[in-house]
Amino acid sequence: MDVKRRKFLKIAGLSAVAGLAAPSAFNSLLKGGEAVASEEPHRGGSAEGEGEGSPKAKGIQYGMVIDLQVLAANKGLAAKCSHACNVDHNIPQYGNPKDEIKWIWTDDYEHSFPEHSQYKRNESLEKLPVLLLCNHCANPPCVRACPTKATFKNDKGVVMMDYHRCIGCRFCMAACPYGARSFNWRRPREKDANGNYKFFPDGVNMKFPMRMRGVVEKCNFCAKRLSEGKLPSCVAACGDTKAIVFGDINDPNSEIARILEARYTIQRKPAAGTEPSVFYII
Amino acid sequence: MLEKALEGSNKYWAWIFFLLGVIGIGALFYVRQYHYGLGITGMSRDVSWGVYIGQFTFMVGVAAGGVMLALPLYIHNYKVFGKIAVLGEFMAIAAVGMCLMFITVDLGQPMRIMNVLIHSTPHSMLFWDMIVLNGYLFLNVVCGWAILHSVYKDVPPPKWARPLVILSVPWAFSIHTVTAFLYCGLPGRHFWLSAIIAPRFLASAFAAGPALLLLIALFMKRMKLMDPGKEAVQKLTTIIIYAAIANLFFIGLEFFTAFYSNVPEHMATLDYLFWGVNGFHNLVIPMRVSLLFSIVGVILLLFKKIRFHEGWLSLCLALIFLSLYIDKGVGFVLGGFVPNPFDRITEYHPSVTEIGITIGVWAAGALILTVLYKVALKVEFKKDD
Ligand code: SF4
Ligand code: SF4
Ligand code: SF4
Repeated sequence: MDVKRRKFLKIAGLSAVAGLAAPSAFNSLLKGGEAVASEEPHRGGSAEGEGEGSPKAKGIQYGMVIDLQVLAANKGLAAKCSHACNVDHNIPQYGNPKDEIKWIWTDDYEHSFPEHSQYKRNESLEKLPVLLLCNHCANPPCVRACPTKATFKNDKGVVMMDYHRCIGCRFCMAACPYGARSFNWRRPREKDANGNYKFFPDGVNMKFPMRMRGVVEKCNFCAKRLSEGKLPSCVAACGDTKAIVFGDINDPNSEIARILEARYTIQRKPAAGTEPSVFYII
Repeated sequence: MLEKALEGSNKYWAWIFFLLGVIGIGALFYVRQYHYGLGITGMSRDVSWGVYIGQFTFMVGVAAGGVMLALPLYIHNYKVFGKIAVLGEFMAIAAVGMCLMFITVDLGQPMRIMNVLIHSTPHSMLFWDMIVLNGYLFLNVVCGWAILHSVYKDVPPPKWARPLVILSVPWAFSIHTVTAFLYCGLPGRHFWLSAIIAPRFLASAFAAGPALLLLIALFMKRMKLMDPGKEAVQKLTTIIIYAAIANLFFIGLEFFTAFYSNVPEHMATLDYLFWGVNGFHNLVIPMRVSLLFSIVGVILLLFKKIRFHEGWLSLCLALIFLSLYIDKGVGFVLGGFVPNPFDRITEYHPSVTEIGITIGVWAAGALILTVLYKVALKVEFKKDD
């Protein structure tokens, strides 16, 4: 579907709803509809899911290529990445799945790519450690669903969170097909009897805010580090292994664009139409 | 007119104080949740909506269901519903009130609820839901009150009320359609990603809403508070039967599409809900009971003898209402989260606090309904009690 048609459908669909509301709301609706539709869609070079005549990509869209073979070859590297993120972003460690908050974590191949079911699978696949994080989708359903724009896409293609605006409705969590979002079910800043933070075993990074209870959070592609010209923490944690390559996938001269051209990569759930910016080499 | 709610028998006051007590307990539980955070509920990263949003979705249906009285009366001039239509409008007020309460208790940051208006975001369906729900509340308050007031003063209803009551008919459809859009527009939740969700919601609403209303009306008749009239009862029963059959039909369509196509994502949630997966089967019994209740209720109602026997009729209505409650208030919302995006299963068990708050909201709804019905009874049926 080309952009124009998609935009038309979006506006037409929303207009049906808008017909019931005030005309002024209708105006802002059209603007809103446009704002969503005009986000630059992209499809990575050799990734699956290409073939319906991708629109030409414009603007910056940061993305990642994660090489699972490199991760598999370097034992403990995936855990190192997650740890770097946890420390850098004050991710509370509750130690139970019910309260769990995670921005980047490891799962096995089968559960990372459930849509790639195979009757008989290559054994080596089973052991691949797959790093999972927010895909910073070019067409993010979480942003579409959020009623307050507390989650939004910035000019670098990064899907961001405004913790001070989020009302904690968790609509974005229902909307994300990748389970990339976590909710603060309780106070992360709780202290024990000695006045120490209970849930930050590795200390607190004072340069990054701790969140409050009742808001949603997720990987922000280290937006702050990017603005300082640094690579994301998890990418930096990989050293020169090239396990994760980060960059602007719309810039044909970037390293990541070249890898995407040269290698066979896959995205998670391409059929969801979200156009993930995180690609995997398996 | 509202002062009519302040005069009543001991029984009436006992009921009011009972409800206030339950609301108080619910409020205490809410204070607890407010201080700890939503972690005090059974919700988790995987099942991020629970009882609250389930109840919300169901109550939107109950609110919309009232239109099954307004539509015949105001559009087709079906006078038999003349006296009880206001009961539908007042039930809608109580139900929408409950919806707004359920949404509020579900928010992680309830103090920021106005952000939905301050930073209004027209591409979010939640924004539209807020608009249509508040609009519907407004329409029903204004129309219900205006019409009742005219009866009270023994004058014809004001002219300006007419366009508003007509508007309230399509508006009722809109509230449940937009509520369906909350779910059916999300990629990756295949149980919800179905164009039939909106019609299915409407069908179940048009059965559940009138069923609850009729149950209350029959109860009030028993208490000698009012008589809806034989014809109105039968007409409403017919509407309920058709709507319940439509709902069953739609459920059947979901089953066909999922299992004939054999697409795993489409089958996954139905498998989980009705058969259980890998030893996870929390919802299997409720879902099967729900289906059974609907089928039994509808079949029984096909017999004239049962339809005309108030006891049996009430039983069938209760079966259908319960069935739809489980189907939409429990199974529908939870089902969307199972299996999770990683093809794993996390089950959900509501906590005591969560159930306490839920019961509190129901009591608040019952209180609004009692007070409004009290006024309506006095005015429409000139009854004291
Ligand atoms: S992965 Fe999920 S949270 Fe991240 S941008 Fe895509 S939809 Fe949003
Ligand atoms: S939880 Fe916060 S970020 Fe998510 S949809 Fe609601 S307001 Fe937006
Ligand atoms: S990009 Fe930054 S925020 Fe995202 S997972 Fe890596 S370290 Fe964490």
